[in-house]
Amino acid sequence: MPTLKERVRELPRKIARSDVWRSAFRHGYEDTPRNRVLMIMANVWLHLHPPKIRRHALRIRFTWCMGGLTFLMFLITVVTGVVLMFYYRPVAEYAYADMKYLQFDVPFGMVVRNMHRWGAHAMVITVWLHMFRVFMTGSYKPPREFNWVVGVILLTLTLLLSFTGYLLPWDQLSIWAVTVGTNMARATPLLGHEGPFAANLGVTPRYDARAFLLGGTIVGPPTLLRFYVLHCIFLPILASLFMCVHFWRIRKDGGISGPL
Amino acid sequence: MADEELKAREGVRDDEEAPSSLWSRRDFFSLAGWAGVLAALGASLVGFARFMFPRVLFEPSPVFKAGYPDEYPVGTVSERWKREERVWIVREPDGFYAILAICTHLGCTPNWLQAENKFKCPCHGSGFKPTGVNFEGPAPRPLERIKIILADDGQLLIDKSVKFLREKGEWGKPGSILKV
Repeated sequence: MPTLKERVRELPRKIARSDVWRSAFRHGYEDTPRNRVLMIMANVWLHLHPPKIRRHALRIRFTWCMGGLTFLMFLITVVTGVVLMFYYRPVAEYAYADMKYLQFDVPFGMVVRNMHRWGAHAMVITVWLHMFRVFMTGSYKPPREFNWVVGVILLTLTLLLSFTGYLLPWDQLSIWAVTVGTNMARATPLLGHEGPFAANLGVTPRYDARAFLLGGTIVGPPTLLRFYVLHCIFLPILASLFMCVHFWRIRKDGGISGPL
Repeated sequence: MADEELKAREGVRDDEEAPSSLWSRRDFFSLAGWAGVLAALGASLVGFARFMFPRVLFEPSPVFKAGYPDEYPVGTVSERWKREERVWIVREPDGFYAILAICTHLGCTPNWLQAENKFKCPCHGSGFKPTGVNFEGPAPRPLERIKIILADDGQLLIDKSVKFLREKGEWGKPGSILKV
């Protein structure tokens, strides 16, 4: 009969041998090239990454780590955004008050809101810098031209996330920014009531691309709700899917491009 | 021959090699299946597009009644509805027209200057004749006219959702001017 002391000493080994532990940590920490590859390959999240990278890929002066920082900013805005959703209501009567409530009453509300806001600003900046780096290092050239296109789509999605999020505080600044921004949709060819050929299709201000975005003919409560759904559900999911492709493609195209 | 032996062994009959119709049964069902899927997706997409345009909008109506024609003296520009509806009503000897008080430069609200007989935008100085035609400042085109007709009860009826643009040659069209 083992003593209590022996049982306690045996406990870590017992846990490490259990099915639950071994289904989460399948490959241990054995520091061999084979095991390191297996650790990446057996993980559904990490397998998008290359299991091995070249030494130059870690050079901060080559990549600026801008892609990684952009992804970090995305994760920060997702986490803080979900936290903000516990208080924010996308209804015209409440939206502005909820934003103020978060800022001035909810504990840590100001920090969370500002992390979301500044993270979003930073993400737009890092996306541009990432694109600039990729352009200047010629990393858009074959075989990486497909991933460049995926990146351009991600840039557009980032800007759309920024634009839809800008309306949610529901103050004068955001309402007028979205008024001006969505006025561009009037001039959409075929689908905007002031665009070319629209008159031939019978497109009116009531039924056109702008009304589709606004849920009416003015920036009103339906617009707030519509932008909220786009901002919190549609665009983040779409961006996540394209990010999966983007990271996967880096690996498939032979890893991060090298210095010329 | 070797070929025939092979076919015999696999149980392949010659009449299957030359199908009597263009499509095999498998092709037909495959095509029908995909057509069904695509039709369902397409119908859902059309349905969704319609779904996003509600029948009732909870917005201020673009249509309003502007009183009786004899309330507007001949030869005047009325600012009566500017604050409420952002519309000027101009009474000329041969009729009425209604002008939207939105500057065609950047969307400010111009002022009507009675002494100088012109509309003047306070933002960037665009000037417009009483007809709405631009003649000074950065505005690229004339002010927009909107639909004006007589309602059944004899009042002026203005519809801001129907516009008439001079650059499209629409200022003579029915509704753009109310002859009296």
